[in-house]
Amino acid sequence: MSDTFTTGDIVAASCRGQPVEGIYITDRDGMAVVKLGSGYNIGVDPATCTLVAKSGETAVQPPLTVEQDESLPELAIISTGGTIASKIDYRTGAVTSQFTADDILRAIPGLSSIGRYRAGVLATILSENMTPSIWQDLARAIHAAIRDGAAGVLVTHGTDTMAYSASAVSYMLDTPVPVVFVGSQRSADRPSSDNVMNGMCAAAAAGADLGEIAVTMHATTNDDFCAVHRATRVRKMHTSRRDAFQSHGMAPIGRVDFPSLAVHLTDDAVRRGACTLALHDRLEERCGLLYFYPGMAPEILRAYEGYRGLVIAGTGLGHVSTGCIRAVRDLIDAGAAVVMTSQCLHGRVCDRVYDTGRDLLSAGVIEGEDMLPEAALTKLMWVLGNESDPERVQRLMTADLKGEIRRRSDHGL
Amino acid sequence: MDYKALGLKAGIEIHQQLDTEEKLFCRCPTTLRKTGEHAGEFFRYLHATVSEMGEIDRAAAEEMMDRRQFHYLTYDTTCLVENDEEPPAPMNREALEIALALAKIFAMHPVEQVHTMRKLVIDGSNTSGFQRTALVAMGGILPNGGVVETICLEEEAAQRVEGSTFSLDRLGIPLVEITTSPCMFTPEDVQQTAEYIGMVLRSTGKVKRGLGTIRQDINVSIAAGARVEIKGVQELDLIAEVVRREAQRQTTLLAIRDELRARRASVGEEVRDVTPLFAGTESSILKKAKVIRAFVLHGFAGLVGREIQPGRRLGSEISDYVKKCGLGGIFHSDELPAYGVTAEEVARLREHLGAADEDAIVIVSGSKEKTACGARQAQHRARRALEGVPEETRKMLEEGSTSYMRPLPGAARMYPETDVFPVAIPDGLWEEIRAPELLCDLARRFENDLGLDAALARQVVSSESLPLFRAAVDAGIRPNLAARTILGTLKELGRDGVAVSRLAPAEILAVLRAVEDGTVAKEAIPEILSAVAAGTAVAEAVGAHAGGMSDGDLATLVQAIVADRIDFVREKGMRALGPLMGLVMAEARGKVDGRKVSEALRQEISRVI
Repeated sequence: MSDTFTTGDIVAASCRGQPVEGIYITDRDGMAVVKLGSGYNIGVDPATCTLVAKSGETAVQPPLTVEQDESLPELAIISTGGTIASKIDYRTGAVTSQFTADDILRAIPGLSSIGRYRAGVLATILSENMTPSIWQDLARAIHAAIRDGAAGVLVTHGTDTMAYSASAVSYMLDTPVPVVFVGSQRSADRPSSDNVMNGMCAAAAAGADLGEIAVTMHATTNDDFCAVHRATRVRKMHTSRRDAFQSHGMAPIGRVDFPSLAVHLTDDAVRRGACTLALHDRLEERCGLLYFYPGMAPEILRAYEGYRGLVIAGTGLGHVSTGCIRAVRDLIDAGAAVVMTSQCLHGRVCDRVYDTGRDLLSAGVIEGEDMLPEAALTKLMWVLGNESDPERVQRLMTADLKGEIRRRSDHGL
Repeated sequence: MDYKALGLKAGIEIHQQLDTEEKLFCRCPTTLRKTGEHAGEFFRYLHATVSEMGEIDRAAAEEMMDRRQFHYLTYDTTCLVENDEEPPAPMNREALEIALALAKIFAMHPVEQVHTMRKLVIDGSNTSGFQRTALVAMGGILPNGGVVETICLEEEAAQRVEGSTFSLDRLGIPLVEITTSPCMFTPEDVQQTAEYIGMVLRSTGKVKRGLGTIRQDINVSIAAGARVEIKGVQELDLIAEVVRREAQRQTTLLAIRDELRARRASVGEEVRDVTPLFAGTESSILKKAKVIRAFVLHGFAGLVGREIQPGRRLGSEISDYVKKCGLGGIFHSDELPAYGVTAEEVARLREHLGAADEDAIVIVSGSKEKTACGARQAQHRARRALEGVPEETRKMLEEGSTSYMRPLPGAARMYPETDVFPVAIPDGLWEEIRAPELLCDLARRFENDLGLDAALARQVVSSESLPLFRAAVDAGIRPNLAARTILGTLKELGRDGVAVSRLAPAEILAVLRAVEDGTVAKEAIPEILSAVAAGTAVAEAVGAHAGGMSDGDLATLVQAIVADRIDFVREKGMRALGPLMGLVMAEARGKVDGRKVSEALRQEISRVI
């Protein structure tokens, strides 16, 4: 039986009567996956598999140490699980994510001409499994790296929730050096992956004259340049394209050309050393983000009873239905802070134009200005983690802390 | 040549595009486009590691891998999957069933579960840097006893427009790859097998037709030689010649090896910068070079220039390797003085390098980096001449000689395409798959049952219009009329500039039916089809020729024409029939059978003379 085999064993099997021999890979969906000499995998009936030879000792590759140029700036790489580097074992076809500095430098050799690196693994999770407590650990790890002398920090992150993490860290950390989140939209094993260009551009940004938290990813479908986005203004806007990350309400704060790696920052970008290193790592996790839709039952709002904060992604200028206003009022009366943002993503909330808006204001809803719903959520967690007085919460939520609110709407779609 | 004595062994891989509705892993149509129609373009780099470059000289490989930029043309018929911006859709079922039908014809064993793999291809022809491919069936047989090892379903690569620019319309069209074992032992065997497999493929009625839609790769070796894979043989007629020339190449390379060994030849290690030696050169190539480097091949004199295939020398083989560094090629002393390089310069070079008469010299020119790379590649290839025949992937040149492309790929460059779920082929599905009737059997049936002559039957079954022919026969059209109209008349009209591609099958059938029910004469077919191709409705075009000409009308017409030219008729007698025929037909064409006209004229002429 196939459960006696381990990956790498040589097995003989029958494929509808045709004898085959190959490397046993795994059992999946009731089939044994065997890699033939030609390199092709096929699924065979596990009952027909017999052992030919046990897996030989896999030759351990001598750990090749990548030489680092001591004259270059020291950059920290903190991995959270998004893979910007991976290695293929062609024998078994296994693709493994790489996290050590050496492995990353081997996968993206160009990095070694930009800086010298220390790499640490904070988590190895898919980004949808991120939690506020990992955001806190991340802020602490970045803080420690900067305190220990890093001239810039790279955070490798899965793209799905990268914008949440980057904005959460923005509120928790005052940084004098660049902290650059980076990932890849197309898997790192493929020769066309955006990992190389994103990684190199992010490293260039991490060594640049920048003093804030940023996301650096492909700006176009070409391999021509990366955009540097402010962490609180960026959002993933496409499921699969390389240029999925887009700034909202403002242009990107910079760009990094490829392959020259020339960094151009706009006047909006906070410069290196503009603030001193500080960590404020408290978050209130009992906060939610709710996407309103026509006909939504008020019970859904009531499910948030006991939460300390709720961000609503409302319609248009920032609305929920008249029938939901009562439930919103009840949440606020019970002590929750409710912040209104818009599903439009672009533009500013204004609850003074229509009746439902005015009713929401009188119920105590805080207008979220032009904040992105996700950036408003992480901000609310941070504000409530540090503040409980409703008035001060309201003041902080409507003040610009880390670029998440623009006083003027000077940028169109 | 006695190929048995040489130990010739050959196998083929046939790649055939399938004519499916959609591509293999996305929902785009499988339509080829003109590059002028492209809707957009983008560019990317492919990043490869040394291990993915095969076994080229390592240092040279590292230079080559630096950064490779590729441009791609997109169309309104391509999508984000071709752009490598979206995960693939599930495997195209229609394509899989065509592959299974082929597997049935070759009596193969389909795999129980098909796994899609990623095969690394970093020449830019796949935006992702890999080609998706899946093994569908194994272990088939050919009528001549040969073995079909595998049938795979693969994505077609993007078409190279020029240089590093590719067109994405072709990327992702399903291909079946049929691989035989090295079960052929003469050049003719290989060609016949390719012809047979081609016929089987067309029997499915689901393959694309035309140049470039089927490509043969040929694996050839001789006993002491090496396996060489020759890519992209598109013309069936050239297959035997390609095999003959490869056998010749390997035989000569082995003879050169023996000669080199007898001479105790070796490859000089030292590459010298000889730029100053050519300070005043008249050679246009050397004149514009920043750096000129040269090295000695001890004991190679006369052999670098020896022909190994028509138009190819050992020097050409070395040049091919050097071209991988972005250079145009090499100069070697067996061909000098020439190309503006003087005898005096050669003598000076020989002296400078300390080369003896029995030595050859290789010169590379270009930029500093490229010449360093080129010299290493040239040394690498020269060293392999001492070992015999290198294992290589080669591409066919016109006429059937070949040039070096890259090292043979290993099986090691495949890993699972995790974005595509494995596809089970349960027994029930396999049993439902019907093998189509082979075209060779069909031709025999047309001959026996429909009374077509053998040549016409073969022509019909191998024609792209076979479905139309079958529809016509099913509709009660006489097979000979259908075949001659579809294969003959349409072709002739096309040659005369009629837009026959605008004719819908239904329109052609309607015209043929009008002939069969006697509405129009069959002579009217070309004119009616021309009119329809020009935009006239079928009914109208048929109507214009309908009714024909009554015997009385014909007689009146013939009498009038003969009366008008009565002197001419009296002078020429029956020989006037030919010239008058043209005049009558100008009026009667399409309205009455030519033979009838001829008969009426004959009668009238004999009456008056």
